[in-house]
Amino acid sequence: MALRQCAIYGKGGIGKSTTTQNLVAALAEAGKKVMIVGCDPKADSTRLILHSKAQTTVMHLAAEAGTVEDLELEDVMSVGYGDVKCVESGGPEPGVGCAGRGVITAINFLEEEGAYDEDLDFVFYDVLGDVVCGGFAMPIRENKAQEIYIVCSGEMMAMYAANNIAKGIVKYASSGSVRLAGLICNSRNTDREDELIEALAAKIGTQMVHFVPRDNVVQHAEIRRMTVIEFDPKAKQADEYRALAQKVIDNKMFVIPEPCSMDELEELLMEFGIMEVEDETIVGKTAEELAAEATA
Amino acid sequence: MTSLNVEETKALIEEVLEVYPEKAKADRAKHLTVAEPGQETKGCITSNRKALPGVLTNRGCAYAGSKGVVWGPIKDMIHISHGPVGCGQYSRAGRRNYYVGTTGVDSYGTMNFTSDFQEKDIVFGGDKKLETLIDEIETLFPLNKGISVQSECPIGLIGDDIEAVSKAKAAEIGKPVVPVRCEGFRGVSQSLGHHIANDAVRDWVLSEDNKKEVGPYDVALIADYNIGGDAWSSRILLEEMGLNVVTQWSGDGTLNEVKNNVNVKLNLLHCYRSMNYLARHMEEKYDIPWVEFNFFGPTKTEESLRKIASFFDETIQANAEKVIAKYKAQTDAIIEKYRPRLEGKRVMLYVGGLRPRHTIGAYQDLGMEVIGTGYEFGHNDDYERTMEDLQNSTLLYDDVTGYEFEEFVKAMKPDLIGGGIKEKYIFQKMGIPFRQMHSWDYSGPYHGYDGFAIFARDMDMTLNNPCWKEMTAPWKKSA
Repeated sequence: MALRQCAIYGKGGIGKSTTTQNLVAALAEAGKKVMIVGCDPKADSTRLILHSKAQTTVMHLAAEAGTVEDLELEDVMSVGYGDVKCVESGGPEPGVGCAGRGVITAINFLEEEGAYDEDLDFVFYDVLGDVVCGGFAMPIRENKAQEIYIVCSGEMMAMYAANNIAKGIVKYASSGSVRLAGLICNSRNTDREDELIEALAAKIGTQMVHFVPRDNVVQHAEIRRMTVIEFDPKAKQADEYRALAQKVIDNKMFVIPEPCSMDELEELLMEFGIMEVEDETIVGKTAEELAAEATA
Repeated sequence: MTSLNVEETKALIEEVLEVYPEKAKADRAKHLTVAEPGQETKGCITSNRKALPGVLTNRGCAYAGSKGVVWGPIKDMIHISHGPVGCGQYSRAGRRNYYVGTTGVDSYGTMNFTSDFQEKDIVFGGDKKLETLIDEIETLFPLNKGISVQSECPIGLIGDDIEAVSKAKAAEIGKPVVPVRCEGFRGVSQSLGHHIANDAVRDWVLSEDNKKEVGPYDVALIADYNIGGDAWSSRILLEEMGLNVVTQWSGDGTLNEVKNNVNVKLNLLHCYRSMNYLARHMEEKYDIPWVEFNFFGPTKTEESLRKIASFFDETIQANAEKVIAKYKAQTDAIIEKYRPRLEGKRVMLYVGGLRPRHTIGAYQDLGMEVIGTGYEFGHNDDYERTMEDLQNSTLLYDDVTGYEFEEFVKAMKPDLIGGGIKEKYIFQKMGIPFRQMHSWDYSGPYHGYDGFAIFARDMDMTLNNPCWKEMTAPWKKSA
């Protein structure tokens, strides 16, 4: 089986890292050879696989050694649950330097050092919430990830973010072979959430790969720095991740998305009662003006 | 060959523009014009605009304007090229700003100090490295009087807080540490770098606290970069006419002289483009008037000496006449020697922000004619000043492209071209005598009476060099 490279995007705090690691654990359980590349300066993309607080990152090791050229692959790669290979790109603390450049440097290093060896089945890039600059688009450039999964929920901002990420994918899809592979709904228990995400997926021309329900066992496992698959393999939630993994394995629907306009998206949200119908007559009016109108 | 008239020159512009696509043609047309009698000088040409993509432009960047021009020559300060190593190393010592001092001990002009950014500095930020660098400078070069931090592009991109580092370090070492935001991507040419550098001097060096008593003849010689010793051959004349040059910068200047600039009666501004911002600021805040002057060639030098003297009393005015008289014989001898060899020769110039107009008089003193001139980074006020000195039908080109300049030269066939290092070898290979008018081709000074002697000699030995007769390949010679 040829190596499949997948990138996971989605609004910050939506559960990308947790979902990715549980998905990867399920893939490993199914006998797949997987590597995770964390592309976030916070470096929390591999902790559930490695049972560690934060893996030592490529960029921190490079800074200590002098340059990234001084590093060897084994310095930066750790192996965790299910023989999953783990790398964190790392980067600066918030407010200094250029985190995007860190991602670029780390991924170039992995390529040059031959980290993408032939017996790998999957590579997953877990990317910072917002694609704020070119560096965070690195995983989806030419010859990197071909499949993109967007983690989202039925909340308004998560859907805005998903749509924006789809816009970014269009840019890279037209110049390369990257495709949108689907939305993964990480449930927040909002009303008609599955229908809403399916409707959104249909609007932008993709699919909802799986609806991952909310379950406290995820948090129980996380406190122990473990995936649900490893912590409680018999849990119902573990089967959900296994189902997600199987769907990813079987996935054949890779599309150039057709992101919707702001109006279309708002219409959809209003249809599902998440957003109220806008009253255009009040836009730009101060409280005083509105009060005056009310008494008039 | 006779010169082109106004109509012919206009036709030439049309012809040269012909190859451009419509949009580029419309844009470039605004940057090319012909001097005509009675012409409205205001808005005669468009300048200080972004160069077109796809053309060869000879412009530099904001860092070049700040580090290379304004700050770099201040000799007892250490100017850090903050960022990757290339910007500092490839521009090191190239401008020939002469200075007196012991390099590496109390002067640092020809040295390159850089933070040599690596990948990790981009990713994690370079502020700590800058702190370390300043510490090392203090240890290795304790006689430095202050430090400036000249930002290269990445500093602005990654948002390093060099102001905070500078403030903290200045307090720690008890010397000025001046952050300069002259990232190369800012602005359309080196011109914005001059402005940014001027503003940094204004904000971080000049101060009311340095005000003290001012003598009646105290003046500042500013915006002379002492290329090949230009400031020295200028200063002599000012002192001979009884003026007290209490500060001279940035050529062969010190930080103390910059600070002391607030204590003068008059600012003498040589390069208007690169320091008019500070001259205006000092006029407004410290009530110091300023005057532009031109020390190229005896005619302009005489005019300038009288103009400068007019700001002072009769003693100085009488002295100015004495100075002019004193050098009369010397100047006449130069003209007598060289004019017959240069008479009627036609020159095309393309320089930075001052010399495209300031050197015209010097050529005229030698009987030469400037038939085309233009600025790399001049603004409209420079072109307005230029128009006054131009003869009828002179071609003006702003931010000229490599292609345009070559075509103009082919059509106008000048006897001499004065430009920069990027044009030099192209034109020499075309068989046209060329002088490098940024660094004086390893010669100079060209300012003042002493400089005129060298200027005349250099133009003669370039133009009348026998090598130009040997340019035809043997197989192309008629039998």
